[in-house]
Amino acid sequence: MQTWDKRETEVTEGKSSYVREGVPSYLDERRHSQVGRSVPKVDAAAKVRGEAVYADDMTLPNMLYGKIKRCKEYAHAKIKKIDCSKALALPGVFAVLTGDEAPNKWGIVPHSCNETVLAIDKVRFYGEGVAAVAAIDEETAEAALDLIEVEYEPLPALLDPFESMARANEVVIHETNPDNIAFHGNQIYGDVDKAFAECEYVLEREFKTGMPQHGFIEPQSALASFDPHNGRLHLWSSNQVPHYLHRQLSIVTEIPMSKIRVTIPTVGGGFGGKGEACPNEFAACILSRKTGRPVKITYERSEVFFTSKGRHPCHMKMKIGIDKDGYIQAVDFDNTMDKGAYASWGVVVMFYTGSMVHLPYKIPNVRSYLRNVYTNKPSSGALRGLGGVQPRLAMEVMLDEMAEMMGISPYELKMKNAVVSGYTAANNMYVPHTEYKRCLETAVEKSSYLEKHGKLPFGKGIGLAGGNYISGTAYTLYQNYKPHTTVVLRVDTEGGVTVQCACTDIGQGVDTVIAQFTAEALGVYFEDVHVVVRDTETATFDLGTFASRLTYATGTAVKAAAEPINQKLKEIAGQKLGCRADQLIIKDHKIYSMYETKKTMSWDEAVDIATSTVGTLVGVGHFSPPRRKGIDIVTGNRIQGGNIGHSPTFGFSCQIHEVEVDVETGRIRVKKVTEAGDMGTPVNPMAADGQVEGSIVYNMGAALYEDQVIGADGRHLNPNFHDYKMPTSMEMPDMFINTLKDSYDPTAPFGAKETGEGAVQPTFPAITNAVYDAIGIRFYQVPITPEMVLRALKEKKEKEAGCGA
Amino acid sequence: MKQQISLDINGRVYDLVISHRDLLVDVLRKKLGLTGTKKGCGNGDCAACTVQVDGEPTLSCLTLAISCQGKKIITVEGLAQPGGALHPIQEAFVNQGAIQCGYCTPGMVMSAKALLDKNPKPTLEEIKLAISGNLCRCTGYKRIIEAIEIAAATMSAQEVK
Ligand code: FES
Ligand code: FES
Repeated sequence: MQTWDKRETEVTEGKSSYVREGVPSYLDERRHSQVGRSVPKVDAAAKVRGEAVYADDMTLPNMLYGKIKRCKEYAHAKIKKIDCSKALALPGVFAVLTGDEAPNKWGIVPHSCNETVLAIDKVRFYGEGVAAVAAIDEETAEAALDLIEVEYEPLPALLDPFESMARANEVVIHETNPDNIAFHGNQIYGDVDKAFAECEYVLEREFKTGMPQHGFIEPQSALASFDPHNGRLHLWSSNQVPHYLHRQLSIVTEIPMSKIRVTIPTVGGGFGGKGEACPNEFAACILSRKTGRPVKITYERSEVFFTSKGRHPCHMKMKIGIDKDGYIQAVDFDNTMDKGAYASWGVVVMFYTGSMVHLPYKIPNVRSYLRNVYTNKPSSGALRGLGGVQPRLAMEVMLDEMAEMMGISPYELKMKNAVVSGYTAANNMYVPHTEYKRCLETAVEKSSYLEKHGKLPFGKGIGLAGGNYISGTAYTLYQNYKPHTTVVLRVDTEGGVTVQCACTDIGQGVDTVIAQFTAEALGVYFEDVHVVVRDTETATFDLGTFASRLTYATGTAVKAAAEPINQKLKEIAGQKLGCRADQLIIKDHKIYSMYETKKTMSWDEAVDIATSTVGTLVGVGHFSPPRRKGIDIVTGNRIQGGNIGHSPTFGFSCQIHEVEVDVETGRIRVKKVTEAGDMGTPVNPMAADGQVEGSIVYNMGAALYEDQVIGADGRHLNPNFHDYKMPTSMEMPDMFINTLKDSYDPTAPFGAKETGEGAVQPTFPAITNAVYDAIGIRFYQVPITPEMVLRALKEKKEKEAGCGA
Repeated sequence: MKQQISLDINGRVYDLVISHRDLLVDVLRKKLGLTGTKKGCGNGDCAACTVQVDGEPTLSCLTLAISCQGKKIITVEGLAQPGGALHPIQEAFVNQGAIQCGYCTPGMVMSAKALLDKNPKPTLEEIKLAISGNLCRCTGYKRIIEAIEIAAATMSAQEVK
């Protein structure tokens, strides 16, 4: 185990603060100077001055304002007639748009595209858009919306997936799916029944999770400018997947992709909610084409809620079998998910819930029955840690309960079953590197979990849970195996170092991370790097910000792109220094011989020579994830949806929450959280810890308060931050983040893995387990509201009184 | 009905023609191009739109512009120090990693400033309370609170206003 702190090794040149046993420093690829530096984000100063430009901060000459008319009467209804004539006649109104003018279907997953820009024949959820206008100002646009007359014929609103399946013979949400089931799949690995029969301990439980929403503070905003003279469309939008958006825009507007440019300004948070196209983007583009003027459409907060594609509510059954020696032998998982109105990421999230069962413990036999069912509710989609948090809740809570059955500590049970580096799961998912056990050890030790668990006074409790998450997907949604990320590096005396890649910083910090990678790979300083990102025209292809993929993807591509540039500079330096190019090292603006450090020249001088002789140096690097078959590793059989969940590598973490339950009010307060995470090399330790802290508070919200409430008629009852409660500074627990700073995945670029979604995984079960420790009541549902706590306490009391009598 | 008014914003007086219903946040953002002030909800629930009006932290999305006549308005743009240096609160936010997406940041900074103007040495609880109306979805608040603590210390040492 290494014990060096990368934060101390800001610049390694001439310092001996870090020595890895058995590896001469000049050959040590882990001896980074720019990766592992805690630097402020590249855009932090602009943001704090209020100068960073977000989409709604933009205006263009002659710009019009767009607004969308929404169905506020019903959650499910046929559209009989839309009359826009009065709106069009209103002075200041330039154009009106209805669904039939843009009938091409869009969606993030190509084979399940089923959304149109505006509803055409019927509305399927409360608040769905039915028409859009572009007007001289917002007031006029709003007035125009009131003049649009829509006639509906109401249909029964199906608000629960079980009801939706049961009543499919009577009400169908999408004609394409007569059973109202959007997707379903069975994944069977090994022989689950046989394994259960041989188990000593078997437990089965049912779980339910709520319907949280992303809660990014910046509402979606899109500004489109169509140039009628050259037929080109330019869209600026708050979105986290510019290239998916690009593709969808082309499908809907029928403008070739080469004539569409997508630019992403600064993004005020996404968390998956901006991880696909959004109707305001299409509407702005089409209205701009209709009017020949730029059009901006910014959502009100309520519209963000209506159109949100939040986390899938899940109704789960899980059965776990453990043998007499304490090893998990089988898991049976059944998940009925609430899809809401449209397909969105549904098929992907569904199969993720199946694959997430396979880690972070070794489980030889796993069976998942999965279905994702349409309802007349806001569509569920991608939300931070997608597909992971629901099965994680089930498994970690059950292991806590089973440890109790077995008379051992949950820590012991989890340590015993934890995966290790080089593990291949039953579904062929491969874990090249993990420090999961060390996460468990560290968090347990730092929190004194073993001393406290089961020993705190009534009302106070401590709970442990672990988790993992992918570092990117192995597959695109395109069914195309092209590289997922391309990076172009440019070096010359004029511009210095420039990195181009249309990856999207939504606050998580990839702009900074890619600059650090570039600096490390080229041997310069982070401060020297210009980043050209978030633009489909000036920057290169990147799949987008989701699945915690960017650190791994950009790191790999940057490394590859740096190679030809370094090679050229080494050749130049080799000639001057009189030594072989392959014995040279480039670091901290110097090129020197690894054997004779006196043979050195400045990097800038070499660049000057290169620029003068061969011109600007350019390097291109691609990232394609390793492909693995989605099969049962024992039988070799292909498994439906089995490709989903594979990742180049995985991050791991453990969280220990300490809670206080107020038995008078039923309120749960998380007082202290001790976390230990394996993210490989933390590229920017300060930002990485910030991701973890943010993750904990984020999912604490969905564990305790956050839930979108839909009325009996399908109305959204809390589409605002007043009634939809998110954690504030007052709810923040004390957080102790113990990132394993010396973790290093040798298969990952610079040793780095994901962090921004892994850290949300253990939060639900850690809190749930802590509540059990506090009051002896196990909840199998989140959010755990004060009402639930009070009811359960009352029942417990009655039961105890009953038993005593 | 439209009316001509003057607003004192960041020490500069702007003459404006506005309607009675115009909200301060819209006047700042749309009429004056002071887009540093953000609008996250338009309902008084997120405090991204916080500015100072006569020193008080004020939600500009709930404030009629017309009611600010004769008052001193300070927005995030007004924190700029001579030579473009960052205000100590801003500096601390940058250095502590208190900024992720940054959408809450101007409002947070303005709430922090209003606190420190009145109470240069706040306790941890006072800091938490002062920003309890400001939603941040990214950071988990920890680094924001630390940044405000550091800024308080720096400002007391430097006597910055
Ligand atoms: S925009 Fe003013 S409080 Fe949210
Ligand atoms: S930094 Fe994103 S909301 Fe605070």
